[in-house]
Amino acid sequence: MKFRLGAAFAFTLLAVPAAAQEAAPPPILPSQPSPGQPASGQPAPGRPAPAQPVPDSDVSEGGLNVTVTDENEWQDLGIAIPAFATNRDQPTPANSQGTAALGMELARVIFNDLRNNGLFRPVGPDALPQPSYQQITAPAWATWQGRSAEMLVHGYVQAGAGDRLTVGCYLYDVQLQQRLVGEGWEFAPTDWRRAAHKCADLIYSRLSGEDPFFDSRIAYIAETGPKDNRVKRLAIMDSDGANHRFITNGQSMALTPRYSPDYSKILYLSYLNGYPRIYVYDIGSGQQTLVVENQNPTMAPRWSPDGRSIMYSMATAGNTDIYRVSASGGGTPVKLTDSPGLDVGGSYSPDGSRIVFESDRSGSQQCYVMNADGSDQRRISFFGGRCATPEWSPRGDLIAFTHVVGDLRVGVMTPSGGGMRHLTNSWQDEAPTWAPNGRIVQFFRTQQGSGETSIWQVDLTGRNERRLNTPVGASDPAWGPVLP
Amino acid sequence: MNRYAVALTVASALAISACSKKAPEELPPTPQAPTTAPTAGPAPAPSGPTPGSQAHFAQAMSGQDTIYFDTDRYNIDSQDQSALQAQAQYLSQYSSARATVEGHADERGTREYNLALGERRANAAKNYLVSLGIPANRVTTVSYGKERPKATGSNEAAYAQNRRAVTVILN
Repeated sequence: MKFRLGAAFAFTLLAVPAAAQEAAPPPILPSQPSPGQPASGQPAPGRPAPAQPVPDSDVSEGGLNVTVTDENEWQDLGIAIPAFATNRDQPTPANSQGTAALGMELARVIFNDLRNNGLFRPVGPDALPQPSYQQITAPAWATWQGRSAEMLVHGYVQAGAGDRLTVGCYLYDVQLQQRLVGEGWEFAPTDWRRAAHKCADLIYSRLSGEDPFFDSRIAYIAETGPKDNRVKRLAIMDSDGANHRFITNGQSMALTPRYSPDYSKILYLSYLNGYPRIYVYDIGSGQQTLVVENQNPTMAPRWSPDGRSIMYSMATAGNTDIYRVSASGGGTPVKLTDSPGLDVGGSYSPDGSRIVFESDRSGSQQCYVMNADGSDQRRISFFGGRCATPEWSPRGDLIAFTHVVGDLRVGVMTPSGGGMRHLTNSWQDEAPTWAPNGRIVQFFRTQQGSGETSIWQVDLTGRNERRLNTPVGASDPAWGPVLP
Repeated sequence: MNRYAVALTVASALAISACSKKAPEELPPTPQAPTTAPTAGPAPAPSGPTPGSQAHFAQAMSGQDTIYFDTDRYNIDSQDQSALQAQAQYLSQYSSARATVEGHADERGTREYNLALGERRANAAKNYLVSLGIPANRVTTVSYGKERPKATGSNEAAYAQNRRAVTVILN
């Protein structure tokens, strides 16, 4: 699926000799893409690893130059993103006008990814001249220097056998007149936007030193209707809001979805048959099954990081405790908590060894950490107010949560409960979910009075806050890992 | 019998007012049509709820089908007790009726915790009914958390209305 383009710098850890690839600039490498060829320095596909920083850390550390260590400096980089070129304008199912028009769309998606997330100072293809196919590997430096662009993105798109698309993406430093990084991908035409997100991820990762996150999806609850009779449906979308799809029809109230680490399933709560129960929905087959056969209400379903276990909360005679059961069906649930208080929700540490959860055993909702087997339960929140919906960052360094202090605000703290700070300040923000790289948090905001809900996101500085475009009201966002 | 009389009066009044717009002189024929229907007996029963049904229960309870809670609390206070006693009395009288207690929370909490809290409140109400002699297998519980508010405002008066457990007869 993925292959590295020729890179000018050794620190991109290419397995293939860089010189060999640089030797053939214009007819790039669409001839060589062997689908499925494992790219060096990348996590193996099919594993939940991409959400974690470990595999790529060598690349970023080795690849850092002076500018990326200063966040403000890289944030201010001007990046020109002209239309992607095509070797031959030809029909493609991805765009009714052909591959040339698709090249324009690809650049627009990249531009919007960066702009909407407050990253860099991008200029999009609608305001820029269009490079030729040959210029993709040999930029017209004078043109871009004249536009005072510090960074330049070039790319190409080709339609090949079976309508499959090959997309290449290059990032150039205009002042140095050097290629910083290049990569290519092959996708089915329906997945063309993923190529753009991959390119945005490549640019972002190379310039910021952070792990990628654009090529990912979000499950959430779509809300319509009056406040006292709201219809709540399971829905999914790409990280930029595109490819929106409703999964359930709204006849039964749906809540609190979670994508499986491999994106094949969604856990969620449904009032199907009148009572709240957690189900696992298989995206491929459209079938769903009860996670636990039991007379008791089940809620707050979560995947373990390896996708093999499901953690959930179940009320027995009014008292809610946290359990774990095998995700493959069958098996006896293991009870992890046993307090007379309400123990609810939870989130695994990225290595799966610990769980953060909420409990009102002390008299009010507070956050606790325990080992994955339920041992060593200890409270971590002592900063006043209530601590709810804790969510462990994929990087492991922070826990996002809802701080209930009259208003509901999204905050972060360390796994030991230190360094608490708010990321939002509104009437009601709750249920944070992390971007795959642990740099951005999404949550949902409820309007006072109307009860209208919408999904928002904010970065860890708390400064770049924005609302996501969804077709109807939206709550309970659940951000999945980088797509396998 | 009283209820039939009311229904008849309303029907007549409607018939008369409807007629009066067209032909105010022709009063005799119209009132006769509705009189036959109610006297026909049990078959149609226009507005009187069937004893033992949810509609009948709600009417008989006149508000005591619902108990209210303080923020984060689920204790049954004396006011709740008298309401639950009235419910238990009804359930004893209609011994084939099965009920579910719906637990709710106000909007000023997080979604999942409120689901657990609503379940705890519903169970507190159920346990009290059971302590009054209602068999546990006749009463189920369901929590809606904060998802089904009764009062739609965002103020303390609305929240007080929404922190509730409502007993509903399952038909």
